[in-house]
Amino acid sequence: MSLNEEVELLRQIPMFQKVEQSKLKLLAFTSERLTFPAGQTVCEQGEPGDSMYVIVQGDADVIVNLPNGPLTVAQLHKNSFFGEIAILCDIPRTATIKATTELVTLRITKDLFYRLVSEFPQMTIEIMREIAFRLDRTTQDLQQARNDLNKLQGSD
Amino acid sequence: MERNVFSFILKYSYRQQIVLVLLAVVNMPFTMLGYTLVEKIVNEGIQGFRKVPEQVTQADGSVIEKSVKTSIEFPEAVFDIGPEFDQVIFLFVLVGLFLLNILLLQGIKYALNVYRGVTAERMLRRLRYALFQRILRFPKPTFKKTSQGEVISMVTGEVEPLGGFVGECFSLPVMQGGIMLMSLGYMLIADWKLALAAVALYPLQFYIIPKLQKRVNLLGKERVKRVRKLSEKIGETVTGIGEIHSHDTSNLELSTFSERLNGIYYIRLQIYIWKFIIKFVNNFIQQLGPVMFYSIGGYLVIKGELDLGTLFAAISAHKEIGAPWKELLGYYQRQADARIKYEQVVEQFAPAGLFEEERLMSEPESPVRFEGEIKASGVTLTDDQNNSILDSISFTLGLDQRVALVGGGGSGRDELAEVMARLLDPDRGTVNYGEHVLQNLPEAVTGRRISFVDNAPFIFNLTLGDNLFYGLKHRPLKEATYEGDRKKERDSYITEALASGNLEYDLGADWIDYGAAGVEDSVGLRRAGIDALKVVGLDEDVYQFGLRGRIDPEKRSDIAEGVLKVRRALDERLSDPSLAVLIERFDPAAYNSNASLAENLLFGTPVGDTFDLDHLAEHPFILEVLEKVGMTEQMVSMGYQAAATMVELFSDLPPDHELFQQFSFVSSDDLPELQGLLAQYTKDQLATMKPGERLTLMSLPFKLVQARHRLGIIDDDVKVKVLEARKAFADNLPEDLTGSVAFFDPDHYNAAANIQDNILFGKIAYGQAQAQERVGSLMREVMAELGIIETVSEVGLEFEVGIGGSRLTGAQRQKLALARAVVKRPDVLILTEATAALDTSSQARILDGLLTDFEGRSIIWGVHRPAMAERFDHVLVMKGGRIVESGSFEELSKEGTALSQLIAAEAA
Repeated sequence: MSLNEEVELLRQIPMFQKVEQSKLKLLAFTSERLTFPAGQTVCEQGEPGDSMYVIVQGDADVIVNLPNGPLTVAQLHKNSFFGEIAILCDIPRTATIKATTELVTLRITKDLFYRLVSEFPQMTIEIMREIAFRLDRTTQDLQQARNDLNKLQGSD
Repeated sequence: MERNVFSFILKYSYRQQIVLVLLAVVNMPFTMLGYTLVEKIVNEGIQGFRKVPEQVTQADGSVIEKSVKTSIEFPEAVFDIGPEFDQVIFLFVLVGLFLLNILLLQGIKYALNVYRGVTAERMLRRLRYALFQRILRFPKPTFKKTSQGEVISMVTGEVEPLGGFVGECFSLPVMQGGIMLMSLGYMLIADWKLALAAVALYPLQFYIIPKLQKRVNLLGKERVKRVRKLSEKIGETVTGIGEIHSHDTSNLELSTFSERLNGIYYIRLQIYIWKFIIKFVNNFIQQLGPVMFYSIGGYLVIKGELDLGTLFAAISAHKEIGAPWKELLGYYQRQADARIKYEQVVEQFAPAGLFEEERLMSEPESPVRFEGEIKASGVTLTDDQNNSILDSISFTLGLDQRVALVGGGGSGRDELAEVMARLLDPDRGTVNYGEHVLQNLPEAVTGRRISFVDNAPFIFNLTLGDNLFYGLKHRPLKEATYEGDRKKERDSYITEALASGNLEYDLGADWIDYGAAGVEDSVGLRRAGIDALKVVGLDEDVYQFGLRGRIDPEKRSDIAEGVLKVRRALDERLSDPSLAVLIERFDPAAYNSNASLAENLLFGTPVGDTFDLDHLAEHPFILEVLEKVGMTEQMVSMGYQAAATMVELFSDLPPDHELFQQFSFVSSDDLPELQGLLAQYTKDQLATMKPGERLTLMSLPFKLVQARHRLGIIDDDVKVKVLEARKAFADNLPEDLTGSVAFFDPDHYNAAANIQDNILFGKIAYGQAQAQERVGSLMREVMAELGIIETVSEVGLEFEVGIGGSRLTGAQRQKLALARAVVKRPDVLILTEATAALDTSSQARILDGLLTDFEGRSIIWGVHRPAMAERFDHVLVMKGGRIVESGSFEELSKEGTALSQLIAAEAA
């Protein structure tokens, strides 16, 4: 795939829609395209992380290790991104990501990420939107879980 | 060592000195004959008269003898011997004799000089060797007071002029003195009054010159001292370069150096001045001679009491004596210089406690092993300020026990370990290993039965393997055999070495004590070495060195074949599609998209700088090849495209931005130039560019790696052209360039590439997650199957570790030192904090490995963490130079013991 095709591909990702052409090209040129075979772990919960990933093609599972074993909490598809928490907050990876099909990703290093974020507010907003959306979903899930728990306790 | 340079010279070269003096003596009659012949030629040969003594009755009636000129009646015999000749032939015969005499005289001089040179060089070699041997015999504390720089300057520079002096030490005064005495004698015979007048002032010189010389001598001594300090400073700067940079003290160091240079400058200047004062006084007195001749002699001539010829003769005789006299004075100055230098050097090389020579050199009659018990009794050690370090330490341990020495700083733990290894000699008390008293053993026993490693081991500038087996080389065990010229060379080496009192051992012989390592031959030794590396956890590093190592496939055809086998076996593995994406192999008929265009064109490894991949576009043959396949214009246009992209991507980034360094294949310095070119020319004007500008653009696409840069510049058409160029390059490579590139050939080992590249025979693909690691383990798997992992590690043993092991990490150096201590299989292994600088997992691994390896042998380990003592058979706890507790860990780890306190303190 050539650089120009890649730029077109990036443009379809909501997060990068407002980023100007030349910056997108720089992003494509300097970020590593990494292909993971199906079943391979992209990042492991608890390990330090220095980059985020954007899925260019393929699907992946988000897995959280619980005391009674791993639990798949979400699926990621084309155009979604992950790994931003570890580089935003300097904390270890909060979940394990595993490729379910052949997974093509764009790996954006911490430095590049901060540079893009500071230069393109639009991108920051897109990321905030996505994170807020995820928070909303998590809150809903929490609500649901609490209700289920109350029900269970009530039936006792 | 002899205290005085003359006794040193006499002791080791008296035979040569006798020969030299004899040659000098033989020289004299011929010199005299020369004078006689010259006189005879002038008087008898040319002028045809000779002086005959005659009794002359003077006016007052007394009879004196006077020489009177008498004409010669030719024909006449030369020296009254043989046939008679007329005058011309007579002259020629005399001149012929004169010529013969010159030949003979110069021949003797030549022989004398050569022999002097040989004597001088041998003595210099002997002196340097003796000094170096003394360094080896210095007791360890001496090195606290002696700097490396000083010692080096003494052994190399300072003794150098002594060599020259050795050659002339006796022969020069004999020869020049002889010549002078003879000239004097000649004059005395001719006219004793004038002769005495000519040397009348010499006693004055005899008196004054040594007085002046004394000053120069003192200054000379001072100069030597200061130059030593200068060397010390240089040595210190080299060692401490990191500190200097990290504290910005270059100015301080430069000023210190400048101050020392200043001191030396003034001393040298003074020496210079005094030397010329001596010369002045000397010449002045010398010139007083003619003054007296002209005045007194002139007066006598005027008065008619002296004839003019005699006066002239006296003046010329004075000149004649002057030359050797000058030589003698020069000699006097040089011998003073040599005496001082020698004394100053020797003084430094005779520290108290110098080891006996036997301790280094003697070999036990039969191999010694330590068995039974280690017994220390009353071991006491004080430092140079009389502080007690070890206070009458006594203990008994089994030689099959693994012992932990526990103690904090200042407890004497490290010093006790050094005493046990005989690196320090105690002031009182003894250490016994079985029946042997440690202090009486030569190093041939202690250095083989004991291994010692501290936390800053030294690694020599050799290969890793030579360092590993360093402790097995005590003396040549298997002589190398030499034939023909090589044998002659070796024989003369031995003769010369012995003539200078040097060791004649052959470095080309096999020094390895295979028995000590428990193996039969070099193959077994390498295995044993790798086993030792495993014990200390250095095997993986050495394997990696091996992968990156190069071999000569001619010499190591076994390895080359093994590598080719792995290369082929890898083919089968790569038929698995999940692995196939990891490596793109080299295919003579295909473009490799993970390699740069330059690599694709060359299709080989450059040897030397001719086809340096970064400057390929500059090579005329490459340009020729591109022209041949009609690619020149295309390359320029590709360069234009690449430049445009680079400018677009990077022009608004600051030049020091890390993206630049990481990703751009154009340096930030070149970017403005490219920007200028893009502004100046459009895409259609490329043909109008200057050649230099075209070259700038053309050099860009060479660096492109299609899979990595993804600029879309390298399309299928370009690939086809590059393949054509690849063929054209290989087919038309001029003969003088054939050695400059090692082509990729699927069936041959590439000597210019390392082992890993030979196995891969391709490029690791970009964009595959963890490709490097996965390829690494794939290679290892295949190599394990074919059983050549050890072979690769053996190549790793050839790794050059650099000065002081600088190409290794600190941890690698430490591990290597431990492996070196293990491989010689000592009876006792003594360690002080030998793993302190390593990470915890390495520490645990090494502790485990060594304790297992030394089961039934002795380890005395000064541990850096008291808790480590748990794993040992026995624990000695030290405090303030005494042993305060001794027992098993269980006994000593109870509440209230010193050991439990130390462990608690560490945990806190």
